[in-house]
Amino acid sequence: MISTWTPPAPEGTPAEAELLVAFDRGRDLRLLVCPAWFDEANKLRRFTLEVIRRLDRAGLDCLLPDLPGCNESLAPLPNQTLESWRAAMTAAAQGLRATHVLAIRAGALVAPPALPGWHYAAQSGPKLLRGMIRARTIAAREAGLAESSESLMALGRAEGLTLGGWAISAAMFAALENAEPALAPGQSDLAQSALGGPGLWLRAEPDEDARQADRLAARIVQSLAGGPA
Amino acid sequence: MTVSHNLDGAALDLELKGLIADVLGLDPEQAQTFGPETGLFGHLPELDSMAVAGLLTEMEDRLGIVIEDDDVDGEMLETYGGLRAFAEAKLGAR
Repeated sequence: MISTWTPPAPEGTPAEAELLVAFDRGRDLRLLVCPAWFDEANKLRRFTLEVIRRLDRAGLDCLLPDLPGCNESLAPLPNQTLESWRAAMTAAAQGLRATHVLAIRAGALVAPPALPGWHYAAQSGPKLLRGMIRARTIAAREAGLAESSESLMALGRAEGLTLGGWAISAAMFAALENAEPALAPGQSDLAQSALGGPGLWLRAEPDEDARQADRLAARIVQSLAGGPA
Repeated sequence: MTVSHNLDGAALDLELKGLIADVLGLDPEQAQTFGPETGLFGHLPELDSMAVAGLLTEMEDRLGIVIEDDDVDGEMLETYGGLRAFAEAKLGAR
């Protein structure tokens, strides 16, 4: 169930394997799951796995790689850029022979455009940054420090910035300021409103919701059968 | 998710309480018992800065308002009444 894949290595460095959770039974349909990012990844981890278990039972192989620098990955997060994550997800899609992609929240920013599939509750780069910057200014204010969003944005662009414990490089930061999820041919949006409940990334504590997982999996199965997503 | 309708007092109340229920994982009925003095940030351990940031960002989306750094202070976040008064002022200023 735990397996490995290899993202492209930066020039002059050896390629390091990354881990993934795989429900791999050699079936024809192979779904690459691009996880949510940062804090949302924690909030949605169990939900993501619950959806994957349902899709496995429905007959899909499911492949959930770590974004390099996140989760179990040993790669340094400050070395990651939007482009390197895009390249990593494309390499995962090829190495794991994925036929479809399910991108979750900001995962939509790095979904391989060559694969048909779905963007679940896609999150834009500016909104992701806005939420994380806001969390930092609120925490700073609680600690009696004055930090403004504007100065933090400038610092992020110039030097990179640690937000909520995640060290975001200047290149990643600048790219996220203009990153909007784009549907490639064969990809469609699955909005939160289709799941009949509030998004679990909103929760203050990680939680799960079996009914939402049922619905998301069912929408994907229905879409694969030729119905609307 | 963005709504642009005009919210009167009762509708705003429903929207805000629903949002807090979504963040705290409460049943909507439970959140309906919130009163002006119900404590939020600093009273509920699960409502940390990350959760509050999510709450405010979602408020922007659902109410169609923009919340600036300077808007966010202890008073606004401390009680449900404070948050509601803030939302009313923001909606009135649109």
